[in-house]
Amino acid sequence: MLRSRIIPCLLIKNRGLVKTVNFDNPKYVGDPINAVKIFNEKESDEIIVLDIDATRLNREPDYEMIKNLAIECRMPLCYGGGVKNVEQIKKIISLGVEKVAISSSALSQPSLISHAAKMVGSQSVVVIVDVKKKRFVNKYEAYTHNGTISTKQEIVKLVKHFASLGAGEIVINSIDRDGYMNGYDLKLVEQVRDVISLPITVLGGAGTHEHMSELVNSFGVIGAAAGSMFVFKGKYKAVLINYPSQKEKDKIITN
Amino acid sequence: MISIIDYGLGNILAFVNIYKKLNIPVEVVSSSSMLGSAEKIILPGVGSFDWAMTRLNDSGMRESLDKIVKSSNVPVLGICVGMQMMANNSEEGELEGLGWIDAGVKHFTKSGLGESVNVPHMGWNNATPIINSPLFIGLEKEARFYFLHSYYFSCGKESQILSRTSYNFPFASSVFYKNRFGVQFHPEKSHHWGVKLLKNFAEIEKC
Repeated sequence: MLRSRIIPCLLIKNRGLVKTVNFDNPKYVGDPINAVKIFNEKESDEIIVLDIDATRLNREPDYEMIKNLAIECRMPLCYGGGVKNVEQIKKIISLGVEKVAISSSALSQPSLISHAAKMVGSQSVVVIVDVKKKRFVNKYEAYTHNGTISTKQEIVKLVKHFASLGAGEIVINSIDRDGYMNGYDLKLVEQVRDVISLPITVLGGAGTHEHMSELVNSFGVIGAAAGSMFVFKGKYKAVLINYPSQKEKDKIITN
Repeated sequence: MISIIDYGLGNILAFVNIYKKLNIPVEVVSSSSMLGSAEKIILPGVGSFDWAMTRLNDSGMRESLDKIVKSSNVPVLGICVGMQMMANNSEEGELEGLGWIDAGVKHFTKSGLGESVNVPHMGWNNATPIINSPLFIGLEKEARFYFLHSYYFSCGKESQILSRTSYNFPFASSVFYKNRFGVQFHPEKSHHWGVKLLKNFAEIEKC
């Protein structure tokens, strides 16, 4: 049976591993290659690596770094950050990456999704949508450039559109919950789960295994991603890379 | 020596790293002149069917590969789209496949089989061997592998099926015919289970 995926999401800035709160205040937490090695040992289901500088600084993806990550990774790797065209996507796939994520480019030029899907196959095209809840109403809007620019586009319509263009997976990233470790925004997931028949991965808010169980219990087979939870440990948020054991994982996804 | 075909697609170095750790000699092969010494061949793949076929056709290795696979007993292992390329054709593309196994490649839901499920089939799933195969020696029933695909290998004959995986319906997650093996999942990204399968492939006697 297909299992839910438990996925560490690593943020990269200046080739270092960082963790943010509300997409802000990046704190240096270590070396990405070292982190990948630890997640290899812990047999992580997958890994997402996002370069949070590339789009903001309008620069090319750091192919050298991507290549090094792909060589080291013994689990499937999804790379995102600064991806704007099909040539870049092809190049990243040929470096040994399984999935390429696009975010702001998906919003500014949605046709990139269909072009990429045609070229590399839908299964390797991931769209990450960074969202914030609108005040007073149960609606969410997509943001780009590390949560600084609102697109005024509503999430439900957007994901339907992305699915129709041939996206292979949608990652819903809650800016409001980022770094708080107080649980996923299940109401947000509820809005998107039933409108598309694609794999969905949820990011933003997970702080405990129970939070992940909640997500899986509510929505069945799904991707449960987290940043802080896998790099911080304990009340004082000491930096310690961690990941549930096989047994703990079974408990999270079969509850 | 295991020859890993480098036609510009798939995670070549992930295979190299695994075999290096196992102390099994491997060689990355990118031209037909290097194929002569191949004792085992791995054909990796990530991407769409036509893109992969185009890259292989342009690599200059297709003819030699075809000859080795069809006229010798050198075992060959196709991975993901590398497996799908071994079929005659695919619903994903228009180009002809390698035709090493008499089968087609179909879309998960468009073919109308089973109930509708989320496509792509993405994540960790079991592959249950249905015959005794050297490829699955020591892989317990709960062995899990990483899948990432929207199309599946639709076998013409039951006898081609090595293992089944349940998604929408029980599809053929690994296949074989003579010296040709194909796995739909990514053993190079499937932790200790995948390492075991790649080790098993390295230890297969000539077919």
